[in-house]
Formats: sequence, structure tokens, C-alpha cells
Amino acid sequence: MADTYLGLVNTPLPGKLAKTLGLPRPAVLRRYTPGGPLVPGPVLILGSGPGADTLAEALLGWDQDVRRHLRPGEKLGAVVVALDAVSRPEDLGAPLLELGQAVRALLPGGRVVSLARPAEEAGDPATAAARQGVDGAVRSVAKELRAGATANGIVLRDGAAADSPGALGALRFLLSGRSAYVDGQFLRVSAVPAPEEPADAGAPLAGRTAVVTGAARGIGAKIAEVLHRDGAKVVVVDVPAAGEQLAAVANRVGGTALQADITAADAAARILAHVKERHGTLDIFVHNAGITRDKLLANMDPARWNAVIAVNISSQLRINDELLASPVFSPEGRIISLASTSGIAGNRGQSNYAASKAAVIGMVRATAASFDGSSRTINAVAPGFIETDMTAKMPVLTREAARRLSSLQQGGQPVDVAETIAFLASGPAGGINGQVIRVCGQNLVGA
Amino acid sequence: MSNQPGAGAGTTTVRNAVVIGGNRIPFARSGGAYAHSSNKDMLIAALDGLVARFGLQGERVGEVAAGAVLKHSRDFNLTREAVLGSALSAHTPAYDLQQACATGLETVVGLANKIKLGQIDSGIAGGVDSASDAPIVVSEGLRRVLLDLSRARTPKQKLAAVSRLRPRDLAPNAPTTGEPRTGLSMGEHQALTTAAWGITREAQDELAFASHANLAAAYERGFFEDLMTPYRGLTRDANLRADTSLEKLAKLKPVFGAGLDTPATMTAGNSTPLTDGAAVVLLGSEDYARANNLPMLANVVDAEAAAVDFVSGQEGLLMAPVYAMPRLLQRNGLHFDDFDFFEIHEAFASTVLSSIAAWESEEFCRTRLGLDGALGKIDRSKLNVNGSSLAAGHPFAATGGRIVASLAKALAEKGSGRGLISVCAAGGQGVVAILEAR
Repeated sequence: MADTYLGLVNTPLPGKLAKTLGLPRPAVLRRYTPGGPLVPGPVLILGSGPGADTLAEALLGWDQDVRRHLRPGEKLGAVVVALDAVSRPEDLGAPLLELGQAVRALLPGGRVVSLARPAEEAGDPATAAARQGVDGAVRSVAKELRAGATANGIVLRDGAAADSPGALGALRFLLSGRSAYVDGQFLRVSAVPAPEEPADAGAPLAGRTAVVTGAARGIGAKIAEVLHRDGAKVVVVDVPAAGEQLAAVANRVGGTALQADITAADAAARILAHVKERHGTLDIFVHNAGITRDKLLANMDPARWNAVIAVNISSQLRINDELLASPVFSPEGRIISLASTSGIAGNRGQSNYAASKAAVIGMVRATAASFDGSSRTINAVAPGFIETDMTAKMPVLTREAARRLSSLQQGGQPVDVAETIAFLASGPAGGINGQVIRVCGQNLVGA
Repeated sequence: MSNQPGAGAGTTTVRNAVVIGGNRIPFARSGGAYAHSSNKDMLIAALDGLVARFGLQGERVGEVAAGAVLKHSRDFNLTREAVLGSALSAHTPAYDLQQACATGLETVVGLANKIKLGQIDSGIAGGVDSASDAPIVVSEGLRRVLLDLSRARTPKQKLAAVSRLRPRDLAPNAPTTGEPRTGLSMGEHQALTTAAWGITREAQDELAFASHANLAAAYERGFFEDLMTPYRGLTRDANLRADTSLEKLAKLKPVFGAGLDTPATMTAGNSTPLTDGAAVVLLGSEDYARANNLPMLANVVDAEAAAVDFVSGQEGLLMAPVYAMPRLLQRNGLHFDDFDFFEIHEAFASTVLSSIAAWESEEFCRTRLGLDGALGKIDRSKLNVNGSSLAAGHPFAATGGRIVASLAKALAEKGSGRGLISVCAAGGQGVVAILEAR
């Protein structure tokens, strides 16, 4: 579904008019292109903690232009603010006020990334207060930024170093165009052993095999495409009735199509048998298949309620049970489940859907806890308003409102969800486990 | 006539040819979901579904062989054109084959033989037919005028050519399933055979009912999930009537054999309708399958073709498989008892029943087939266990691919045993073949 207003407001005259009238001016987001620059300009590092020096060094290692001070008149691609050593709320003022000046110099599509430690791991209330303060400040900055710029944070868990592979992987993701529609979010990373460097930086998933359910269209099809672009072998799964579109997706991504109803008792067995025969090992499982059967709860019938629960959560639980018991699933396997901002905030007319998506979050957290000490991870991605066939069917005014209600003043694209999933599937995301990453442009809903 | 010189093909093969899998689009009734799809469209759809199932994108397959019975003259290179339109490598060679309704099975036999001889490592066999998008031929008069017109140089010559045109020349020749040499439709030919063998209406309806029930049950248990890819909104064979009954079938009026002395028994329920569809089968050597981590469902063991003289009326049009069968069994040292599945193409219910009756007839087998006695009985519980053409429909050249893929999967599910295929064809021809579980 094309966002006509977005296109219009990015042409000279209507753009000027929108500015004069104070109308929303959504920007064309900076998205990832293979081989393109990581950020659109120099990276300014603010903050006095050990993280500042460490990240400066890492960024220099990535051949980025690194600045430690704002230069008058120079535009910036990103600002990294290291707040990993704050111990009193008063510590926040100096670096954040400096950030305030720096964001004026931010280029369109620029990035602000904070580095902090978790409040709940603080030894004393003042430190916890300061750490929690970062959360509010960064979320506010995200709402103040314009021209497609975003602000997100990295939270170093369990004493992870600022240059731990997980932290650097998260930094790279948040700086890049891959995180275009991720805004006002915090990636909580633990220290994990360094992943193997991919032979080809453009194919971080080379040699991995991924299964994507619900892959015949929309977000699922795009997930398959992005995983393929990043080097993975992809098995696309969807119900037999969607087989024609599924075959087209498989042929586009050089993968294999498996027609299966994921609610069937033998679905996991069939998927595992297919992967074992064709690829040997399963590295990535993306639970994308989902349905909506919207009705106000007062008008809800058992068929609608049960169908949504069966597809959106029961199938995932059953498949995960078999996956985790199977030798085909890699010891470093990744599971990524599609949640929804409806599951976080609730949504009128979607009690069944919201229940199923909140249930996904519950499942992800519990399963993640059982992964402690292993190299497997499970995470959820919660899309906000994404431009798909499904949202194209919304009433015009509701759709227009939903688009403008986010900090980026537009709906996301399926590729934005897919990029986050591909990141979570990659080696450097090994320290991210049990998280719910929202891809919602910092939508007010569920914020 | 049953003695073939030379040792059995089963002992002289260089290597095995295996069925790796198949794909077909659901079969549509003529004028239905695929009314505006060409043979090329449907064959591409079937190929692309196969490519997607087995991850063959951009692969140079050894050879693709397919064909269509109702074929436009512009489709002289139908299969190659379909390959070029598919996700396969453009370096994949292809050829067209046509043997009426045996086209699909014969492509399997031809490519399997090439694989056995080591000429190719992989192949895709199949066929397609559209009764909806059938070619319409202009009258012979109009055709001659048009050809003369294209050769005419002066206005006078052109005028002379056009002036020969008569109103009757403008009526096109509609496609028929009539036999060129007898003018009889296939149904009327079969009606003669049906009467000759005394096949009852009840027996035909029972076979038709079993076909629908078996096909519906196969869908129910997901049998076609890895054999079929939906096309143009169709997800199941449009001809399938899962709720049909013997009572409903008994109510249908006979459509063939009305002019015979015996009661007419052949109805729209126990005859196949005109159908649109396509089916393909992926074949390969064992090395090819292993190197590409592909499944091996069944071996293509052997095949035999036969033809009968139906023009003189000496034999029924669709009885040729009856003659091919003993030659095939003898060459491979096998009897009906050695088989777990029988796939006898249901052109008409009475075709299957006439064939079975002939094989059970001591006199027929002695006098016509040159055997010492009856060839044998077929265990009906092993016949067309996942449905056949009466329920699925019969897009002529696509039927062979449908049968081979379904039988190979049934054998793989069972894990042992053999399957026997019998397909009759226009022109008094027929092909029979043996698949074996691995």
C-alpha cells in the first residue's frame, strides 16, 4: 500500500506547504543497501565513561569518521552517547545537554545510540536512578528527532564490555539502515563468545538454513528475501492453499517451498524432515505465520477466538517443543517469533489477536530463560503499523491516523521487520535473548 | 506375439532411474478456472512449482520432455518455451513429445531410459492439456485461400484468390475427440468395447464412486501437499465430488452408446470430462539425487507400448494396454500378484473394467494374447487407491505425470513393493510401466 502523503510531502512545493501549515513531514527513511555506507556522515562520540573510548576505537576499526567533539558547521551521521558509567542522576546532564546541541547537526536518516547498563543490576538506588533516567531521555530524544533520524539504546547486561561482540553487533545494527523503523528501543545484550566472522561481510548468514512460516506473502515473503540476501538458505512454509504464491517466493529466493499447515500435528516433523534431508541442520526458525479474526469481545465467537490462538501461539509452542528436542536444530539455533504492538498495548476489536501475541511474548521469555548457558536464543519482534495487504484494508482515516501516530510519522515497510529478524538471526546478536524488539517507528500505541 | 527377443531391460540397465518427486496444478474442468490459461502458462506453473519444491532455481536440468495433445501450431516448441518461462536455467534443453493420452507416461519412459544409459543425470517429464484453450482450425477452403493470398503479388491475383471464398468456408472446424479414421468419438468407441465385454452400468458407477472416494480421502490425509501447487485460485481438482454417491451416479443419463443394440451404460459420471491441467515429474540417477540431497521415491523399472487395429473393428480403441501388459510382465518375470498398487487410467470406468475382464478371460488371453491361460486377476483393493481420472479429471498429456508422481509417493510411503501403470491412448495405442519401491 503506497503512502501517498509520504510521497507528496517529499516533493518541493507540497513539502513547503506542509511545513508552513505545521503538518507532519514524514521523511523517506534511510534503509540498508548492500555495500552502502554504515552511516551518512561522521560519528560523534559523547560521554566520559570507559564505553566512549572503547566505542570510538571500534568505530575507527570500521573505517568510520569519528569525532570526540562537535565541530561548528559540520554535519553528523550519528551520535553515540556513552552513559555506561553514570552513578547519579546528576551525571546525565552534561552528556545529554551536549547531545542536544549535536542533534541539531544530525543529517537526515541520522542515528542517536546510547550506551548504558541495566538499572536492575545497579548496586545502589542512585545508580539505578541514573541508569533508568537514560531510558526516558533517549525515548524523548527519539520523539524530538525529525527527517527520519532515530534514537535507540544499548544496555550492557551482566557486566558485558562495551566492545563485547554482542554490543558491537547491536551498535552496527542501530547505526545502519537496517534499523530504519526501529525507534525509541533498547537492545539488552549479554556477554557471549565472539561469533565466527562471516567470510563475506555482505552475507552474514552464509551457510545457515532458515525456516520462515507464513512466507507466501507480506512480511513473511520479505523475511525470506532478506534472509536470502544475507546468505541464508531459506525453506518457506505456508498453507497448501497459498502454494502458488509460496512457490513464487521460493523461486525468488532460491529456496524450497514446503506446503504445510502449521497447526497440523505433524507440521514440525515434516519441516524437520525436509530440512534434515535437504540441508542437514536448521539454524534459524522464524515463526511468522499469523492470522487476525477481529471482533469486539462482546461479538466474538469461539471459531474466531480459537483459530487465532491455534495459529498464532499454540502452533509455535508445539513446533518449539519438537524443535528443541530434535538433533536437527543447531546448538546455536535462533528462534524469532512475530509478536505485535497489539500484544503489548492491546487493541480494540483484537482481544483474541492481542491475547495470542502477548502469549508469544510470554513464551519467548520463558523459553529464553531455559536457554541460559546455551548458545541458542529466542526473541520476539513486535511490528507496529506496517504497510501490508492487511493494513491496506483498514478504513482510510484510521490508516492515515495510524501512520502519523509514530515518531517517524509513517508506517513501516515489511523489509523493516525483516531486517530486525535477520539481525537477530546473525552471529553478533548471540547476546540478545528473551527480548521483544519493537519495529514500530516509536508508535504511540503501546509505548 | 508375447515373446520379445533379448534379455529383460531390468538386467541390462547401466544404472537406476529414480522418481524424485512430482508437481501438478489442480485439474480444472474445461471452461473453468483455467479457461484463459494456455498450455504454456500451465506447463510453466507446473514446472515452477516443481522448481520451488526441490530448489532447482537456475539449475541446468539434463532435459525436459513434455507435450500436449491439443496443441496450437504456434506451440511447436512448447516445452522449450515453457522452460524459458520457468525458473530453470535457460541452458536446460527440452523437447516435445506427443502420443495422445500416453504422452505424459512416454516422456517418463524416454527420460528414464536416458538416465539409465548415463546420457543425462536428471530430467523433468510431463505434459499439459487445455480443452478450454483448444486450437480452432479454419476450414480447408479458407486455409487454401489464405495461402494463395499470401503468394499473390498483383491486385488481380489477390482478388482472384479472395473471390474463391464461399460463406461455408468461414465456419471453423471445432476441435473434437473423434478418431480421424473412423469418425467416431472416443466415447462411442469405448461404448462398443463396453458392450462387447458386457460391462454393467452398476460396475461402472461403482468404479467411479471409488475414484471420487479415494481421491477425496487422499486430499483429506494431505497426500497431495507435496504433489500439487495451487494455480489461479484452484486448490483441489475441480472435478472431484467428495459427496457423490452411487444413487447420484445412477441418476445420470447415458451419453455414449445410445445407437447400440445393448442398453447404453456410459454417463458423464463414469466417463472423464474435458479437463485443463499440467503435471511434471522430476527424475534422476541415484548419484544425482544423493549429490543434491533429494529424496528417491521409486525406481522406474520398465515400460512397454502396444497398438491395436481398431479401424477394422478387430479390437477396441482403448484396449492396447491389454496387449502391452503380458509382454511387460513376461520380460520382467512378474505376475499381477507381485504388485501392491495398480494405476489403470480411467479414461472411462468401462475401459478399466474391460481391461480387467480381458486379463481375467482365459479365452481372450489364449486367442488374442497368445498366452496359455488368463493373465490373472487384479486385487481391486489395490486399484487406483488415491483416485484416478474419473475423479481428478484427465487433461490428456498431464495424466501420465499425475499417475507416476502419485504412485511413486504411494510406494515410498509403503516402503516396499511394486506398482503397475496402464494408460490407454487415442489411435489404438497404450503404454504400461512398472515402478518399484526403494
